Amino acid sequence: MTVQIKTLDYEQKRQTFGHVARRIGEGKSATRYQEATLDVQATANFHYKPLWEPEYWHFDSRKSAVVMADWYKPLDPRQFYYATYNIARANMQQSVERSFAFAEERGLVTKLSEGARAHVERGLLPLRHVHWGSNMNMSEICQRGYGTAVTAPCIFSAGDHLGMAQIISRIGLELDGQTGTSLDSAKTIWLQDPAWQGVRKLIEDTFVERDFFQLYVAQTLAVNGVIFEFAYKRLDPAWMEGATTVAMLTEFMSDWRAEEARWSDNVIKTVAAESPENNALVSQWATHWIGRAVEALNPLSNALLGDDGVAARTAGEVASAKAAALGLRV
Amino acid sequence: MSQFASLTFYHNDDARPVVDAVIADNPGVRITNMPGVVKLDCEGRLVVKRASVEERLGRPWDVQEIHLVLISMAGHLDEDDDQFAVSWSH
Repeated sequence: MTVQIKTLDYEQKRQTFGHVARRIGEGKSATRYQEATLDVQATANFHYKPLWEPEYWHFDSRKSAVVMADWYKPLDPRQFYYATYNIARANMQQSVERSFAFAEERGLVTKLSEGARAHVERGLLPLRHVHWGSNMNMSEICQRGYGTAVTAPCIFSAGDHLGMAQIISRIGLELDGQTGTSLDSAKTIWLQDPAWQGVRKLIEDTFVERDFFQLYVAQTLAVNGVIFEFAYKRLDPAWMEGATTVAMLTEFMSDWRAEEARWSDNVIKTVAAESPENNALVSQWATHWIGRAVEALNPLSNALLGDDGVAARTAGEVASAKAAALGLRV
Repeated sequence: MSQFASLTFYHNDDARPVVDAVIADNPGVRITNMPGVVKLDCEGRLVVKRASVEERLGRPWDVQEIHLVLISMAGHLDEDDDQFAVSWSH
């Protein structure tokens, strides 16, 4: 007896969900990113108005002054959804672990001179509070924003900031022999050192910004674009002989900045290009928050580099040039 | 006699950006769907361009990653950092 094995190829009736097909066209296969993003957020048939902010629905595009005909236009060029985001970050985290293992094995942090340690403690460790504030802001945009295309990457970004705050904390623990005393003193510096009070005020002011897209502009163009640009790119001289060690241990932040900017730039560019009104608003917000960030960094730049605020202004110029390249009038 | 350059890929989510890039970059490509497999044939030459795949994938893509989704190929191979091409002509 012979057995013949035959294969049959069935053409599936639908390539993807109806709501995705209506956007990308019938008969096309959708990517996981598209399926996890397009029109996922509920838009109608809410049963109860929220008790807080009863003037709005839970998801309400009026929570920002910018107007988009379609909030699914500002997409994420990285195409992040849960799985791709986690795979990308797991790879980055692996190299963080390797760097810390290497630094520990060679005693790179413990061998730092008193001067360098003091600078790292004063200039680098308080950044964990800036990251925590950024985590709050990104979570806020995720919960008040409109459209999964914008809000989902925001919660990924919030996770990134928590992770970066942890990396900074680990550098502190390396400094103080895993006792946590350096983190306590860094918190006191964050709360009391005059050099940090501008940045602290800026972060606290962003906490109470109610317009979700203004908050987005403040967070991505000013906090990420100026403050973190300054902190991770322009402070090397402040760490003295620890510059290489700090650079190695904060490599995650450089990689993250380059990668996340691809997304945040695209969102700002798309929203500003929607209408002259949007452009005017976003431009005005960008000018305001970039200016504030530069002003806030001035005393820090002076205290850590003794440069009369030059590094802070340079970081601001980089951010303004970037904003101009996105089509904003800054 | 004409000879087809050919690339055969898995038909899955990882291969889709590559398959889409090949279809876009090679006019006249013939697509054969089989269970779990998609076979692409083209008269003369078939090229996979790194830039096109990256555009669809949203991240940097090493041309060598093609081997994770490539099942079979026909043609002489010409590959570098930017492309992966099969053809019968020299």
